[in-house]
Amino acid sequence: MANSTPTRLPLSLRALTTGFLCLWLLAAVFPFAWTVWGSFKVEADFFSRQSWWFAIEGIRTQMQTGGAFTLNGYEGAWIKNDFLHAAINTLIVTLSVTAISLTLGTMGGYALARSGHRYAFWILIAALIFRAMPHITLVSGYLLPFFQLNIWGYLPTTIIVLVAINQPFTLWMLHSFFLSIPKDLDESALVDGCTRFQAFRMVIIPVMWPGVITTGLFSFLLGYNDFAVTSMLLRQENQTMIPKIGSFLGSIQNEGNIMFAVAAVVSATVPLFLLVLFFQRQIVSGLTAGAVKG
Amino acid sequence: MPHRTFFAFLFPSILAMVLFITLPILSVVVQSLYHQPDAILTVVENCDPFSCTKSTKVDTAAMAAFKAEHPMGQFAGLDNYTNHNHLALADLGQIWAEGGGLGAMASKLMNLPFYRALAFTLTYCFLVTPFAMALGFCIALAVNTLNPLLKGPAIFVSILPMIITPLVGSLIVAWMFNPQGIIGATLQALTGDPKLSLRASPVLTWIVLLGYGIWTNGPFSFVVFYAGLQSVPQDTVESARIDGASRWEIIRFVTIPHLAPLATFVALVQLMDNFRVFEPVVGFSAEANATSLSWLVFNDLVSQDSQQFGSAGATSVLTIAGVLVLLAPVLVRTWRDFNRKVV
Repeated sequence: MANSTPTRLPLSLRALTTGFLCLWLLAAVFPFAWTVWGSFKVEADFFSRQSWWFAIEGIRTQMQTGGAFTLNGYEGAWIKNDFLHAAINTLIVTLSVTAISLTLGTMGGYALARSGHRYAFWILIAALIFRAMPHITLVSGYLLPFFQLNIWGYLPTTIIVLVAINQPFTLWMLHSFFLSIPKDLDESALVDGCTRFQAFRMVIIPVMWPGVITTGLFSFLLGYNDFAVTSMLLRQENQTMIPKIGSFLGSIQNEGNIMFAVAAVVSATVPLFLLVLFFQRQIVSGLTAGAVKG
Repeated sequence: MPHRTFFAFLFPSILAMVLFITLPILSVVVQSLYHQPDAILTVVENCDPFSCTKSTKVDTAAMAAFKAEHPMGQFAGLDNYTNHNHLALADLGQIWAEGGGLGAMASKLMNLPFYRALAFTLTYCFLVTPFAMALGFCIALAVNTLNPLLKGPAIFVSILPMIITPLVGSLIVAWMFNPQGIIGATLQALTGDPKLSLRASPVLTWIVLLGYGIWTNGPFSFVVFYAGLQSVPQDTVESARIDGASRWEIIRFVTIPHLAPLATFVALVQLMDNFRVFEPVVGFSAEANATSLSWLVFNDLVSQDSQQFGSAGATSVLTIAGVLVLLAPVLVRTWRDFNRKVV
């Protein structure tokens, strides 16, 4: 294992690493914990100029609503402001983006991993450059053509765009994953008389799931976390959660309903927590796979 | 693999990338050469019983007709690039001519929207990346000394700042720094300055945005370095220890060289990602004090009725040029490696 087992650390160093780690973990988790806690309070408590202790005790929440915790923020976001609709849109967008990205990506990544030709290398380099493009610069190229074709504002358009933006990353990741699957496996299928596609379907697909799940998680995150594309390409009634939160900032904050936005933000965080909780191992291995192999 | 099969497999991916990445880039380039038409004015004569007055008005009908005919607007050549809101060549010349010392010139430069955004974007890119990597490295070292039972939860908590939606994460932190939020109010109490807030203080805004960047970028380095630490060759560590190397020397001369290739990768990915910094500016409502190139493009496009496609296009092209400059070392190196392999 590592160059130092816990018992062999001198006390001073032990104290230093523990102290540093506690500080970091606090910094990492406290903003979330604080906001989740505060989302069940009224604005006068969560945003209190006098003392943050109000948010802990919830004195004004008690006064205004009669209980120490209130669901007013959630009610305002989910019921009054139709956050539910946005959540359903997010579900549609992220699931479609993930499914389509993976379908295209596995085929492309497989071809790139098995082709020894020069152009496969150049396609990967082009993908690397595309991966670096700021999304918003691409968006500014979409708007005019989309207006003219009259496809602006709809979910399918956004899904396709996110799939395309995600493609370079998916290709890289699955390419390096397929490189780790021995060539002999599908080549023996070819020798046995399969076509390439049959070999892919019958030999590669059964063994590719670990890589696909990891890549899928990142496609999901891209679709879920996107703000630049979804906020510019969806009309108001088709908005997903993140642009909806973005639009809350202008409108709701001015009406003194900032707690709606806080509740919406907490709601949008919950799926990500669950994702990390259940797929921590895959996320970690995915991040390192890119580093170690790419 | 024969060419035909290769392209059959890759065709859908390539089609998607050509349609939605290559073509938009071309479209942006073309767009950046046009600007919104100047207002078409007509002279209208208003007569009342006593006299007639002539007034000039915007001819909305003619404007609409022009717009329908030329959706991109008027051809402007390179005007979008050189005007005040972008490279501002005229303003640059004036600042240069006025002189007045570096400080004065820099502060004048910071009044030009494009250079303001460029300054913040580059600062963010080149400060956040190394600091986040250092933070990630320290966390990785610290987590590595933990009891195996505690490692899982520590990793779980540590990757939260990275996995969080950028807009959501920046909002969560921004609310805490709100003058009425927990940190904002405490800062005011500590400094005894009741007016201290992100909005009022550009310095504080920059510090908080950079701090947020390090917070959200650190975990990525942590995860990669932590995985790298697991594969540090133990024989080398052991022999270094026998040779009398201290803990620090082992880290300096064994661990860090082992992680160096990973560090290059992390630096590359983080530079690319940080160059497009955008959501924090929106989440922190920091546009008065700090803007980024991506935010400039967004700002040109966001107003529903008067979108500045030309201006957005010009900023986009300049941003893409920046990305290419940033990537150039990598591309040159890959090109060299590739040629060497072939020869």
